[in-house]
Amino acid sequence: MIDTIDKTKANDALIADLKDFREEVVRKYPSKVGKKRAKSIIVNNPEEPPVIQANVRTIPGIITQRGCTYAGCKGVVLGPTRDIVNITHGPIGCGFYSWLTRRNQTKPVDDNDSNFITYCFSTDIQDANIVFGGEEKLKQAIREAYELFHPKAIAIFSTCPVGLIGDDVHRVARQMMEEIGNGINIFGFSCEGYRGVSQSAGHHIANNGLFKHLIGRDDEKRGSMKYRLNLLGEYNIGGDAFELERIFEKCGIHLVSTFSGNSTIQKFENAHTADLNMVMCHRSINYVAEMMETAFGIPWIKVQPIGARSTAKMLRKIAQYFDDKELTDKIEEVIAEEMLVAEVARERARKTTCGKLAMLFVGGSRAHHYQDLFEELGMTTIAAGYEFGHRDDYEGRRVIPTIQIDADSRNIEEITVTKDEKRYNPRKTEAELKALDEAGMDFNDYEGLMKQMERGTLVIDDLSHHEMEQLIERYHPDVFCAGIKEKYCVQKMGIPLKQLHNYDSGGPYAGFRGAMNFYRDIEMIVGCSIWKELKAPWESEDYIEAHYAY
Amino acid sequence: MLLRHTTTKEIDRKALTINPAKTCQPVGAMYAALGVHKCLPHSHGSQGCCSYHRSALTRHFKEPVMAATSSFSEGSSVFGGSSNLVAAIDTIFSVYEPDVIAVHTTCLSETIGDDLTQIISKANEEGKVPEGKTVIYCNTPSYVGTHITGYSNQLSALVKFFSTATHKKRNVVNLVAGWMEPSDMREIKRIASIMEARTIMFPDMSGVLDTPLTGKYKMYPDGGTTIPDMIATGDSKFTIGLGAYTTEDACVKLENKCKIKFEVVEIPIGLKATDRFVTSLSRHANIPVPDALNEERGRLLDLIADNSKYLYGKRVALFGDPDTLIPLTEFLLTLDMKPVYIVTGTSGKHFDESMAQMLGERVPEAKYMSGERADMFRLHQWIKQENVDLLIGNTYGKYIAHDEHLPFVRMGFPIADRPGHNYFTNAGYNGAANLTIKILNAILDHHDRTCPEEKIEFQM
Repeated sequence: MIDTIDKTKANDALIADLKDFREEVVRKYPSKVGKKRAKSIIVNNPEEPPVIQANVRTIPGIITQRGCTYAGCKGVVLGPTRDIVNITHGPIGCGFYSWLTRRNQTKPVDDNDSNFITYCFSTDIQDANIVFGGEEKLKQAIREAYELFHPKAIAIFSTCPVGLIGDDVHRVARQMMEEIGNGINIFGFSCEGYRGVSQSAGHHIANNGLFKHLIGRDDEKRGSMKYRLNLLGEYNIGGDAFELERIFEKCGIHLVSTFSGNSTIQKFENAHTADLNMVMCHRSINYVAEMMETAFGIPWIKVQPIGARSTAKMLRKIAQYFDDKELTDKIEEVIAEEMLVAEVARERARKTTCGKLAMLFVGGSRAHHYQDLFEELGMTTIAAGYEFGHRDDYEGRRVIPTIQIDADSRNIEEITVTKDEKRYNPRKTEAELKALDEAGMDFNDYEGLMKQMERGTLVIDDLSHHEMEQLIERYHPDVFCAGIKEKYCVQKMGIPLKQLHNYDSGGPYAGFRGAMNFYRDIEMIVGCSIWKELKAPWESEDYIEAHYAY
Repeated sequence: MLLRHTTTKEIDRKALTINPAKTCQPVGAMYAALGVHKCLPHSHGSQGCCSYHRSALTRHFKEPVMAATSSFSEGSSVFGGSSNLVAAIDTIFSVYEPDVIAVHTTCLSETIGDDLTQIISKANEEGKVPEGKTVIYCNTPSYVGTHITGYSNQLSALVKFFSTATHKKRNVVNLVAGWMEPSDMREIKRIASIMEARTIMFPDMSGVLDTPLTGKYKMYPDGGTTIPDMIATGDSKFTIGLGAYTTEDACVKLENKCKIKFEVVEIPIGLKATDRFVTSLSRHANIPVPDALNEERGRLLDLIADNSKYLYGKRVALFGDPDTLIPLTEFLLTLDMKPVYIVTGTSGKHFDESMAQMLGERVPEAKYMSGERADMFRLHQWIKQENVDLLIGNTYGKYIAHDEHLPFVRMGFPIADRPGHNYFTNAGYNGAANLTIKILNAILDHHDRTCPEEKIEFQM
């Protein structure tokens, strides 16, 4: 929580005022819509997080931030891996819009390393395929992709119409794997856009696919045998993964794989040789963490290396887990060195940012993670919410047993994972785990966003355009964080918007150097000169008109 | 290398599209609908479509792009999207208060066969459409045609739902704007106004997707063709369509519905296409071409004549949409450049014939292709087989330009990495001058950066 010294009385008064927001904002909706929306607009209580309605169907026509299942599967989780040929099976649009639009950076190791991220592959289906089926075209497309590129793996992503006409991409994958041979791995995802209620369903489908088709296929332990871990839910937007890779390397920690920023097939296949899973974006990847624990005995912890202090906290948890003096000393040395520089940058930025107000409405974890950075800047987050979070992302994982499974969640495949007899290897004894847990490791847990936010602040799930306009008009935040669709609406209102999907082409924002980038970028936008020039001189009240008297 | 897997070796692809020079219908319908004042586009399908289209348009224009969606679930995909659309119409009119909702379909709602006429009349019967408000629609299945088709279908819907003949003909010429930038629309209106021609332009995205920063957000900006103007298009005495692929169908529909004769010319990009547009407007509005336009034309000629040595014989590769590529190719020929490779994902005879006619004798070595698999991968393979001196296209061209060290001029959709295209026109004589300068800057900057030091010139 934010230092009390940073808070002004005015901010306290404003937070007290937020409690009326819900009632006033839903008034404009048709009554049924208003009733439904009211359940997703909650005044926060961090001690006892109240129930929030989340991960339910979007209200038609409300103007949502949300996207679809395909976007969550192909765009988010599988998109950042450089050596898979990702073929979109459908009309051209889906593949086109997910082509290079998410800023997943990747660094091939040399000129011979594969990198297909700059390419868009599509079966570009036409009306004849809708009528007669698209499986033959998909097969031919796979043949052509193989002939041209000889990739190690090909993934197929289903779009709405191919799901409706009943194309079986999984069967095609199996057949083509047999036909092509040569050890190629081909697998499909039933990630049609209409499944689920948001991108979140696509994450789940992608997680299942990663587990079924990639994880655990390569047992060779490479690199250092000590301090081996995976970073899950990190997508290397703007180079975040590069910065985290740098920090781990400096600490002598061996990062076996990242899911999926700057990743390769081999890293996924080898991920089960790590000794700890760190979950960054809980929403998009917790399924893989759970499955890997069940199958291989790798425990997982939630981390949020967004913010310099938060990064230090993550590193100390790693030290605690491995409980090795050499590592602990090294980590403390790195933290001391990095924090020294980061603190200078933070102090400089705070002169501009301290006491300012932020609102964050984005993604499924960023609206939480970035509050750490705003706290470091002395800013208060007065309203926040996810685009596609679930109740556990708000209220904490303890509520999972109480979440009702509705029809939209039921149609997402739940795969049953059992102990992998050959590879299961508990990394710690039950007693060790218990002791570590009690010492604050918090295995397999995520406290959620509400715990971090102040009492009386607003938590809103799946914010609509109307609600966004009202929030800004009433409370005038100093910075609003959302995505590209909201960016220019908010800025037309004279409020700077920081995009937390693509960072406004900035970043990295993770890790120590990332935090420094963020401090500077927020200082820049809240202090940006142009916002003070919105009125022309002749529009101000003290402008005096004069004319010549002849 | 960014596109490290692209080689010179072409195979006879029958199914795989790689790096498309097109996208799908609905985004075109959404863009066109934004050109109607107080109109909210609505995507009838899964919410991802709407999200993708809004994002694509926003990245390109750096402006708010508002649109709603029916947010299909698996249930609606099985049982039909009727209740979603009726509910959406209710919510939209209650909360966002547009004058018009322009519904377009998607591959999802088309595949399940949702009947929009029936759904919208249901919304009307249930009283979800307030007095004086309108819901219009067009069918834009993503598996037919391209974004260009969707744009065209939206324009036809505007005619179908609004254009009305009252038997009182007005001395007005309709200008049906093809897919172009708001800056181009603004420029074409400026040309019409200095010619003192009375015109109605539809759609009109100037004042919608190039709005000023004032501190006040307007969900429905001041621009866009007004509904009274849209209705009045039925009483105009003539229609000029700008761009065959995007406007011809609307022109035909308007002729059938309101008996208005029409002529389709190219989008006025470059000298000759602008000449034809000005001639057409002069003839059909029955007004002479003013000196001011002659001066603009003359200044363009002067610029070209002064710099022709940097342009002559330069090989150019270009990709994009046919209504832009046809006049652009013609203009490159006017500049004595050699358009050698041209691809568009939008198929059609007009493109193929125009290219054959323009390039057959003057650039016999030229390769051009349209439709499925006429994609940027193919274009890049051609470039790898024999290099070019300049690349023109949307931002995706940057990756080819980077790998092949090519001067690159951004033109088309989407341009996501540079601003200004919605402010500064490529249309009319002034636009042609802008375009010439962009081409020269790209070529000369490239020369200055790559030539030996002793070849650096102070004066060029």
